[in-house]
Amino acid sequence: MLTLKCPYCGILCDETELAAGGEAHVKRAGPGSSDEAFEAYLFDRENPMGVHFERWRHAHGCGKWFLAARDTVTMEVFGTYKAQTTEPPEEIVAAIRARRPEWEGRA
Amino acid sequence: MSEARSPLGGAVCQGEGAKVEELPAQGMVTLRGAMGDIADAVTAAIGLSMPSQREIVIAGDKAVAWMSPDELLLLMPHAEVQACLTTLSERLDGTHHLAVDVSDARAVFRISGAGAREVLARLCPADLSPAAFGPGELRRTRLAQVPAAFWIDEAGAFRLICFRSVARYAFDVLCGAARGAPVGFFPESDAV
Ligand SMILES: [Zn+2]
Repeated sequence: MLTLKCPYCGILCDETELAAGGEAHVKRAGPGSSDEAFEAYLFDRENPMGVHFERWRHAHGCGKWFLAARDTVTMEVFGTYKAQTTEPPEEIVAAIRARRPEWEGRA
Repeated sequence: MSEARSPLGGAVCQGEGAKVEELPAQGMVTLRGAMGDIADAVTAAIGLSMPSQREIVIAGDKAVAWMSPDELLLLMPHAEVQACLTTLSERLDGTHHLAVDVSDARAVFRISGAGAREVLARLCPADLSPAAFGPGELRRTRLAQVPAAFWIDEAGAFRLICFRSVARYAFDVLCGAARGAPVGFFPESDAV
């Protein structure tokens, strides 16, 4: 069971209060992109064992989308942050590096 | 104008741990906009100061609750909703906002008694310990299978709102949770 802090409400949310939205920071291909690039945008996902960035929606609360960094194996949560960013913020990256020195960064 | 009816006609159930009552039609206005832009209009319309994050400001039969970074819920007697909307639309003319009467979209319940905290803790994944949740805060969460929000009123009882379409379901699960005796999970409970 995951417990994530909604960065808009500042409150810890149970996983069942949230709606999962898949991988975060997926960049849309196109218009004008190749079929391969658009296919990759639609279907290619990281699915790592370890550090992962995800979209979550505070569905039973404020209704806002936010982003979370967690470990898919240990379920450790490194932090959550507002969705108005295309990259994980510095403090999130620092929190991950502090706990996972071997992490190679986002692919 | 037709007479406002609450969805369950004032249903009541008395459990061993708590009492659950459906309250009569409650005036409710959803107001969305940038908080800084709408603050003065809120004070003019309802006479209360702005709540900060997760807060509810209550005075008598009126209240203003923080629902999200760009959404407030205004509570007032059912008969005062139109006047409130009129004041809001005058004050917010030219300001990007949304003000809607949602009174008939919701059901309101009062959960009172020594076991009131336990009733909600049995149904919601929220931290209901008195240290984590007390008067002045509004918590939006999940009540069994439906979205709901609750706060503590001036008398120390819980007030809970949910969508009107699930009023019967919410009442039934609340009564089911209130039926059994409190197990004393929150010994320092301050609800009356
Ligand atoms: Zn939230």
